[in-house]
Amino acid sequence: MINIVGLQKSFGRQKVLDGVSLSISDKELIAIIGESGGGKSVLLRHLIGLLKPDRGKILVEGEDITKVSGRELDGIRQKFGVVFQGGALFDSLTVYENIAFPLKEKTKLSRREIHERVEEALEDVGLRGMEDKYPAEISGGMKKRVALARALITEPKIVLFDEPTTGLDPILLHAIHKLITDTHKKYGFTGVMISHDIPEIFHVVDRIAFLYKGTIEVVGTPKEIRASTDPVVRQFIKGSLKGPIEIA
Amino acid sequence: MTGLLRMIGSWALSALRKMGHMFIFLVQSLSYAFRPPFKFRILLREIRFIGTKSMTVIVLMGSFTGMVLALQGFYLLRKVGSEALLGPAVALPLIRELGPVLSALTITGRAGSALTAEIGIMRISEQIDALTAMALNPMRYLIVPKMVAAIIVFPLLTAIYNVVGIYGGYFVGVKLLGLSSGTYFSQMEHFMNMEDIRIGIYKSLTFGILVLWVCCYKGFYTGYGAEGVSKATTEAVVMSSVLILIADYFLGTLFI
Repeated sequence: MINIVGLQKSFGRQKVLDGVSLSISDKELIAIIGESGGGKSVLLRHLIGLLKPDRGKILVEGEDITKVSGRELDGIRQKFGVVFQGGALFDSLTVYENIAFPLKEKTKLSRREIHERVEEALEDVGLRGMEDKYPAEISGGMKKRVALARALITEPKIVLFDEPTTGLDPILLHAIHKLITDTHKKYGFTGVMISHDIPEIFHVVDRIAFLYKGTIEVVGTPKEIRASTDPVVRQFIKGSLKGPIEIA
Repeated sequence: MTGLLRMIGSWALSALRKMGHMFIFLVQSLSYAFRPPFKFRILLREIRFIGTKSMTVIVLMGSFTGMVLALQGFYLLRKVGSEALLGPAVALPLIRELGPVLSALTITGRAGSALTAEIGIMRISEQIDALTAMALNPMRYLIVPKMVAAIIVFPLLTAIYNVVGIYGGYFVGVKLLGLSSGTYFSQMEHFMNMEDIRIGIYKSLTFGILVLWVCCYKGFYTGYGAEGVSKATTEAVVMSSVLILIADYFLGTLFI
């Protein structure tokens, strides 16, 4: 589904990605974990073409997203749904309008069809009755759920989650994780999730990729990652202060 | 010496790059303005925000500008015994200069700064990225409607500013200082023609494009965090105000 090959990206003299290679299979849910400021979000932004790499390529169903622009790039972007870290909901639109927005702007569905789809999405994320609220009037957890509903409303093939549970309490964190797994089962998308939620994430995803010093240090199933003898991975999972990872 | 030259060269190159970037932004946004799909509902919302909501301050500023012009003009004209020329003394500078310039500066302060902050906040809260990720062009949604609204609204607000200013001058000249109403208006007819009004409209159109170009650009490419938005807003207001005055001078030399 997605093939990342030798991706490199620097900002000024700072090398953030130093040859990232990763294959993501169809309908797989994969988490990318790693240090804060280690380039996870940068990697995610490359997947949707918000950033251009210095070197390397990203093949989405065989098409290299790093080589296209304009309408061709927009064509590839139609396959994606993105849940941004803060939700990125449009302030001037209500919850209902935010979810309906991609359908209104990108499809020729009738008003009634859009209404039915939005109602279903609201039901999926448990936000019935919140339609007329503005983003400023709802909690952080609700914003994440609205963002998820908006990302899924067009039934994309690939959904990117940029730290979807950051800043949430443990109960909401589990609720969002359950919502992601439920919707993944229902819609069958390929999911790429940036996360810091260790060990909770082990119960959510099919595979985990560990990004360290600009490359994928290790990739495997949650079971394999837990059993890893790599000192970097072990230190990260345990959250230990001692080990090869130095705190900046 | 070489160090100094290198520094100047690097500054000049960076300034040129920024200017080129700004110019491309303007060309892109204007080119989208003529290509469908057109966002009429967003356009109406922007006309309301830039135009309707600026009316109170425009009326207030316009009336007092006219009143001050009449007061000072009457004082000067009385010295040379030409009080009868008070009408054109108020209307001519208002329509050719003060109306377009002061209304543009007023709109910059009221709406331009708010637009920069709004777009800047959309940038830092990833709303612009969200539009891009949805394969929707953020320029078409955020910039074009504001630019088109400015092209429509600036000349209209300037016209209102001028009319209110002329009546402000009328109030001071006729009602307070005792000039006859007929004299006030008839002299205007003698000293003014359509060319003066046209110059005012050209100026306000130019200022409208300039202000929205700078304010939208600064917001669209704002820095990080609250500090970035605050810096972008300040820069947008200062740069717009300076550009209005510079453009006014050059347009003035063209039309004199």
